[in-house]
Amino acid sequence: MERDTHFILGVYDDEDVLLHAVEKVRGSGVKIHEVYSPYPVHGLEHVLGYKRSKLPIAAFLFGMLGISLALTMQYYMMEFDWPMIIGGKDYGAFPDFVPVSFEMTVLLAAFGMVGVFLITSNLKPWAQPRIFDLRSTDDKHVMAIDLATNSSLDLGKIKEILTESGATEVNNKSFE
Amino acid sequence: MAHHGEHHYNLDQRFDFTASIKKSILTVLVLGTILLGIGVILAISSGHNEEGAEAGVHVFHWYERLYASLWVNNVFFTGIAIIGVFFFAIQFAAQAGWSAPILRVMLSLGSWLPIAGILMLSTFFVANHDLFHWTHSYLFDTTDPQYDKIIDGKGAFFYWPMEKGTFPVFYIARMVIFFGFWVFFFNKFKQISEQEDQLGGSTHWYKMRSWSAFFLVFFAISSSISAWDWVMSIDTHWFSTLFGWYVFASWFVSGLSAITLIVLFLKGKGYLEMVNENHVHDLGKFVFGFSIFWTYLWFSQFLLIYYANIPEETVYFVERLSSEVYGPFVFVNLGLNFFLPFLVLMTRDSKRHGVFLKLVCTILLVGHWIDFTLMVQPGILGHNGGVGLMELGMFLVYGSAATFTVLGALSKKNLIAKNHPLLEESYNHHI
Repeated sequence: MERDTHFILGVYDDEDVLLHAVEKVRGSGVKIHEVYSPYPVHGLEHVLGYKRSKLPIAAFLFGMLGISLALTMQYYMMEFDWPMIIGGKDYGAFPDFVPVSFEMTVLLAAFGMVGVFLITSNLKPWAQPRIFDLRSTDDKHVMAIDLATNSSLDLGKIKEILTESGATEVNNKSFE
Repeated sequence: MAHHGEHHYNLDQRFDFTASIKKSILTVLVLGTILLGIGVILAISSGHNEEGAEAGVHVFHWYERLYASLWVNNVFFTGIAIIGVFFFAIQFAAQAGWSAPILRVMLSLGSWLPIAGILMLSTFFVANHDLFHWTHSYLFDTTDPQYDKIIDGKGAFFYWPMEKGTFPVFYIARMVIFFGFWVFFFNKFKQISEQEDQLGGSTHWYKMRSWSAFFLVFFAISSSISAWDWVMSIDTHWFSTLFGWYVFASWFVSGLSAITLIVLFLKGKGYLEMVNENHVHDLGKFVFGFSIFWTYLWFSQFLLIYYANIPEETVYFVERLSSEVYGPFVFVNLGLNFFLPFLVLMTRDSKRHGVFLKLVCTILLVGHWIDFTLMVQPGILGHNGGVGLMELGMFLVYGSAATFTVLGALSKKNLIAKNHPLLEESYNHHI
C-alpha cells in the first residue's frame, strides 16, 4: 500500500544542512531524483554528482556552423551572385568577411545554445511542470526521491535516512 | 565546494631564491650574451654598411639593428613591469577577493621599472637619431631641402617649449614623469602592503583602494601617451587613433602571461598552497580573454586602414605585409597571439591545468615580443630588420635580467600579504 506513493520529499531549512544531507543520503545508497531550491546553492551540483554540462560543445559546434555559413554566403554573393568592387579590393577579399563571420559565429552559437538548453531541459512551452512542494520557490530546499529507482530499499529506511540527515519534514508526494 | 572549513596555511612563507635557480637564470643570461655577441659580429661582417650608400639617402649601419633591438626590449619589458602594478591596482579598484594570495607576485613585476626607466632613457640619448626620424633638426628647417611640413606640424609634441629640432624637452619630460610616477606608485603600494603586514586591519585596504584609483587614472593617460611616444613616433608620419590601446593590449597579455608563469613556477616549488586550480583558472581566463581583446584591436586597426585605402595610412601595413622580412612575421604574430591561445585555452580543463597554461603563456611572451619587433623594426631599419641571433640574444639578456630582478624582489618579503582582509574569501574561491 505504501509503495503507491511515488516520491518521498525531504524538506530542509538550511543550505549547509542540505549540502551535507545530500552527501549522507547518497552515501547510504539512496538515489536522489532532484533537489529543488529557491536560489542556486553553490556546490549543490557537485555533491549531487552531476556531470559537467555538455552545452559548451553545442556552442562550439553551432559557432563552427555559423562561421561556415557566413563565409560561404559572403563568398558566394561576392564571387558568383553579385560581384562588386568595393574599395578597390578583389571580389572575394577575405578581410572584408571577418566582421560578418564573427557576428554570425556569435549569433548561431548563442541561438544554438539556447535552443539546445531548452530542448534538453524539457522547457517546451506546453510542458507541464511537476511541482513537488510550492515552498521550494520560497524558503525551503526540497529533496525528491523517486521510489521507482530505489525499489531495493525499504520505505521506512529511506524516511529514517532523510530525518537523520537533518530534514525538518519528510512528506509523501504522488502525481496523477 | 561551499564548505567553509578551517584553513591552516603558512602565511609567513618566503620565496627562497636558491643558488640553483640563480644559476639557471644566469646560464640563460650568459647564453643570451653569447648569442648577442655572435649576432653583433655577424652584423658587422655582413657588409650591410655599404648598402644604399650610392643612393645617398640613408646609409645603414649594423649598430642601428642593435639599437632597434634594445628599444624593442626596453618597451616590451617596461610594459610587463607596469602591467604587474596595473593588474595589482585593478584588484583593489574592483575589490577582488580571489586574487589576494597572488597580489605580491603581480606587484613584484614592478621592481623592473626603475632599471627599465634608466635603460630606456640612456638608449634614447645614445641612439636617438638612429631610432627616431623626428630627432633630425633638418626636418624643421624651412630652408633645408629635406624640410618636412608634416613632421614640422607635429614638432611641438616633442620639442615644446624649446625650438623645434633642438632638444626634445617635452618628450624627455614625459618619459621621466611617466617612469617617475610609475615607480612612485609602485613604491607606495609596496609600502602600504608592508604596513598592512605589520599592523593588520582593513584601513590599509581602503588606503590601497584610493591610491589604486589615482594610479589607474594616471596609467590610463600615461600608457596611451607612452605608446605614441615610444612606439608610434618611430613611424613619424603615420598615426593610428587606437594605437595606445593596441600597445596596452599587447602589454597586458604579456604581463598576464608573466604573472601566470611566476604563480605556476612558485606553486611548482611548493609555495602558495592556497592557490588552487580555481585561481589558476581565473588567470587562464584573463590570458584567454585578453588575447582575443588584442586580436580585436589588431584587426580593428588593420581593417579600417585596409578598407579606407588611404595611402598615408596603408603605408604602415604595406611596409610590413609586402616585405620579405616582415611579411611572414605578421602571420606568425596572429598565429601565436590569437589562434594558438584561442584554440588551446578554449576548454575549461586547459585553463585549470598548469601544463597547457605554461606552454601557452611562454609562447605568448615570445609572440608579443614579436609583435613589438614588428611595430618597432620596419620604421627604423627598413628592409634590414628581422629576428636573428642578435635579437634572440638581446631578448634572453633582458628576459633573464628582468626575471632575476623580479624573483629577487619576491624573495625579500613574505609571498603573501598575510593581513589582507579578503584572504579568507580567496581560500573559498570556487568556480
